[in-house]
Amino acid sequence: MEEFILIFRHEDGKKVASPEQIQAWMKQTMDWIGGIAAQNKFSGGNGLPFDDARVVRPNNVVTNGPFGEIKETIGGYIIVKANSVDEAVEFAKGCPVLQGEGNSVEVRRIAKGDGVH
Amino acid sequence: MEQPELIPHLFRTEFSKITAVICKRFGIEHLEVAEDIASDTFVLALETWTYKGIPENPTAWLYIVAKNKAKNHITRNHIFAEKIASQLNDTLSESIESEIDLSEKNITDSQLQMLFAICHPSIPIESQIGLSLRILCGFGIDEIANAFLTNKEVINKRLFRAKEKLRTEKIQFEFPSKDEIPKRLDSVLTALYLLFNEGYYSESQDSVLREDLCLEAMRLTYILLGNEQTNLPAVNALLALMCFHSSRFAARKNTQGEIVLYQDQDESLWNYELIAKGVYYLKQASHGNTLSKYHIEASIAYWHTIKADTKEKWESILQLYNQLLQLEYSPIAALNRTFALSKANGKAEAIIEAEKLKLTDNHFYFMLLGELYKDVDTKKARVNFETAYTLAKTQTDKLTIKKQIDDL
Repeated sequence: MEEFILIFRHEDGKKVASPEQIQAWMKQTMDWIGGIAAQNKFSGGNGLPFDDARVVRPNNVVTNGPFGEIKETIGGYIIVKANSVDEAVEFAKGCPVLQGEGNSVEVRRIAKGDGVH
Repeated sequence: MEQPELIPHLFRTEFSKITAVICKRFGIEHLEVAEDIASDTFVLALETWTYKGIPENPTAWLYIVAKNKAKNHITRNHIFAEKIASQLNDTLSESIESEIDLSEKNITDSQLQMLFAICHPSIPIESQIGLSLRILCGFGIDEIANAFLTNKEVINKRLFRAKEKLRTEKIQFEFPSKDEIPKRLDSVLTALYLLFNEGYYSESQDSVLREDLCLEAMRLTYILLGNEQTNLPAVNALLALMCFHSSRFAARKNTQGEIVLYQDQDESLWNYELIAKGVYYLKQASHGNTLSKYHIEASIAYWHTIKADTKEKWESILQLYNQLLQLEYSPIAALNRTFALSKANGKAEAIIEAEKLKLTDNHFYFMLLGELYKDVDTKKARVNFETAYTLAKTQTDKLTIKKQIDDL
């Protein structure tokens, strides 16, 4: 069993959703994660709020970020247990983030720290 | 109370107190001695009271006898020790009287310390539960064997090994230090949680015994609340959970001892006093910002005390199970989550999710699938219930499933 991180990418982080939309999206996300956890395949995860986000650049340049010139923003991630990348991709397909036009979920294997990766 | 009932009753309540107090004085490595002194005290009570009648204050009588027996034991050991070690502390025997302290405060302190000693992380969990039942709840070996559906020999062996472990691991009979409490408390709560479940889900036909097991788990949890340092949110949440569950005791089995499913239960048999207590402890548990699995399970149990099916109820239960599973996976939580999903989001979605669980060695899994396919695809419902029937291990479960098949 390997671990994969599913990274949620939003095309436009500036879009403001209504409280009802946020609530519906929260429920869908929780149900999606709950479904993965019910298969004992959930390892961890977190939302990444935009408040207090900063981007640090060379020469101590700090900007409020990650908006502006970066087109995509990361809204959160979860880590799943899967036997193969294909199984992880199946989990990713259910992610409610994908309902948004232009959004994507990136699937990456997590290095095991065993000196091979 | 007449004598035939009085002695078992006193044994249950006083045996553990006497053992704990003496053990605190002697050290955990002498647990067996403490147990023997407590047992001997009851043997003497049985012999004496039969002829001379029950004393005015039976508990005080027991305490005096236990104290004397403990004192004799120390004196005997003292004399023996003196012969081989001359530089022994002379004040030892003088301090005996004051140290066998059967005051209410010392009894509670001793039981609390005993709880921490027995539920030490280095003791296997099965042994923790067995020892708790014997030493802290005063259960007889045959009662423990009955609760675990095994024989006395197995229990005796298990207890023997556990006591040996207490010795070899040099576990201290003391209250853990402040920094240690959270970690040590974790394993105490696990043991109490399992002790309660043992009673609640036991297949034992003895319903009085099962209820006693649950009540004892609650009593021990309550002792933790009595101490400022262990009166913590997770402990309150655990007691709330136990209150909610036990409120359904009378309703969940019929007179033939068969399980009555939740939706078929007679609400008038629910204990509303216990439900109110559960609400109180759940409120106490909400101080601070810890969220233990007991908080989540207690909240789920709270929603089950409201019988009416509402959208809000099942949506809340679903979200709680989503949270619980992220914290700690268990097959039963996965199945219950999927049932809640069917109530909140509909059967179609729940069937897809259920098929993914693949808990194919678990009869509850096929019972869930049978339930979900009911009214959707009777043939599939039947096949699943029949698989569940084949996999079920107990007669009670088989009977419940048989009824489902007949009702299709």
